[in-house]
Amino acid sequence: MELVVAIGIAVLTGSGVWLLLRPRTFQVIMGLSLLSYAVNLFIFSTGGLRSGMAPILEKGGAGALETHADPLPQALVLTAIVISFATTALFLVLLIAARGLTGTDHVDGRERRK
Amino acid sequence: MTGWAAHLIIAPIVLPLFVAALMVLAGDRRRSFARVLGLASAAALLAVAIVLLVLADDGVARAYRLGDWPSAFGIVLVLDRLSAMMLVLTAALGTCALLHAGTRRDSPGAYFQPLFQFQLMGLNGAFLTGDLFNLFVFVEVMLAASYGLALHGSGTARVRAGLHYVAVNLVASLLFLVGASTIYGLAGTLNMADLAIRIPALVEEDRGLFEAGAAILGIAFLVKAAMWPMGFWLAPTYAAATPPAAAILSILSKVGIYAVLRLWLMLFGEGSGASAGFGGTWLMAGGVLTMAFGTIAVLATQNTARLAGACVIVSSGTLLAAIGAGQAAVTGGALFYLASTVPAIAAFFLVVDIVERGRGLGADVLAVTREAFGEADEEAMEEVEIGVAIPAATAALGLSFAACALVLAGLPPFSGFLAKFAMLAPVLGERGGAVAPAGWVLLAAMLVSGLATVVAMTRSGIDAFWAAPEGTVLRVRMLEFVPVVALLALCLALTVAAGPAMRFMQATADALHRPVAYIYGVQADRRGPP
Repeated sequence: MELVVAIGIAVLTGSGVWLLLRPRTFQVIMGLSLLSYAVNLFIFSTGGLRSGMAPILEKGGAGALETHADPLPQALVLTAIVISFATTALFLVLLIAARGLTGTDHVDGRERRK
Repeated sequence: MTGWAAHLIIAPIVLPLFVAALMVLAGDRRRSFARVLGLASAAALLAVAIVLLVLADDGVARAYRLGDWPSAFGIVLVLDRLSAMMLVLTAALGTCALLHAGTRRDSPGAYFQPLFQFQLMGLNGAFLTGDLFNLFVFVEVMLAASYGLALHGSGTARVRAGLHYVAVNLVASLLFLVGASTIYGLAGTLNMADLAIRIPALVEEDRGLFEAGAAILGIAFLVKAAMWPMGFWLAPTYAAATPPAAAILSILSKVGIYAVLRLWLMLFGEGSGASAGFGGTWLMAGGVLTMAFGTIAVLATQNTARLAGACVIVSSGTLLAAIGAGQAAVTGGALFYLASTVPAIAAFFLVVDIVERGRGLGADVLAVTREAFGEADEEAMEEVEIGVAIPAATAALGLSFAACALVLAGLPPFSGFLAKFAMLAPVLGERGGAVAPAGWVLLAAMLVSGLATVVAMTRSGIDAFWAAPEGTVLRVRMLEFVPVVALLALCLALTVAAGPAMRFMQATADALHRPVAYIYGVQADRRGPP
């Protein structure tokens, strides 16, 4: 399972970085989204990748990481998802504003002369 | 510490949050209401910050546990000397920037005031928080508000610079998350005090991965601190932002410096076992390169607002190099430098705004080109030199400009000189002779960057005040000087009261290098019921 998740994160990150370095704003925002998915998966995996663990404590029972899922990375990933969603939305607004003001979707606001 | 004082620690976060919410609810129609409310909030923040500073000066790190959760699980805010000092700087800058925004004839546009309050909240939260993930959250709050402020007023230049600024900072935030979660995966905690205890006990196989995580986290902070080669976003963004926003943005890059100071010294300080001093050389080298880049930028720039941005880069580089030296005495000087350059740069942004209003667009580019091509104004030579009285406004502006230049370049008699002296004296004065090569590099970089700042500031000062085109008399109201004078008075106060200020900075630096009091303060609840 670790290998599958690791490859998944790697593919997402690789595609994200490639898109981020492209000259069109739409490609940049797609790259940022892919990167944030990769990072969210990464955060989730830091709690250890195990299946079948109880998420909630039994009444009166003590919790241990051997028998329970680590709740902290899940809390972190929720926060990270919300924040990256909000900032991506903001970036989208900016992208549209830049397209309107500069008349081009190049990241530098002007086309490179051929 | 009981009663109201215990809850005062959270006031710098809660107060701007509520004020901003109130402003949003009141709607954007009531600009004057929002203006008064914003100013009152900033002034109250300043008062609270000063009380906290006095409170923190006894050297005890006070932890505020939200919801009274044990510090091992819950969210803690920690007040110590460093965070109190940063709070005071933020509040002072915020008050002055709002005063300036209030006096501008073209009043700032929609939702400037609530964005500004959110900015203050994010800054205060980042300085107060005691764990890594909340640092991320507050940095995001701060950045989200700063995107709004940097883009405020729209326009092609702002949107173009803002696009780069937002993209760079989004990537930095992702790196922040990767670093923080790697550290959590290995150490099992995000609480800074807890981390400091667990690092020496790390298994040897995990150490490399932990250091990699910390390095990724460091990259995220250094992007915010605009270290070379990650600081190219800074100058265009700051130059394009509206001046009151730029003034508060100038402390934004210091959040990166704060995080490096706090985390690097806590996690990789003297007591951290095998990892001690990890990355110090990189910080030092990066800082010196940043100074070099900033120096070139200072000399090359043709626009006064960009000059201010380049000064921010120089000050970031100086601080990083001084922190990277890893000596408590140098860090003390660096803190003094931080406290004196932040108000000076903010004042510079405000002065530039007042000056620029009286001049046409592109006037400074023209002035520099004229200088470069030697096209002396022939007509000006023919005029009979009659003693024309310098208008009082121009004189006062010129004096403020000169004061900013003196502080930023580190010339006596202002605090900039004392700060540079305090940083360099321990580097050079070790055991009366043998100075490490790194010390010489630091000395040379600081002196050269100071010289370049003097040259560039003199040139732009001459263009702005002595070679002003005919017929344009600056119209400045006295009220517009209040924030500039207040910021410069802060620098002057640091100069006059250099003794006590330096003692405070040194105590702060010692506590940062040996974070025993901090760890003890945060984990006070683990030693049985209070």
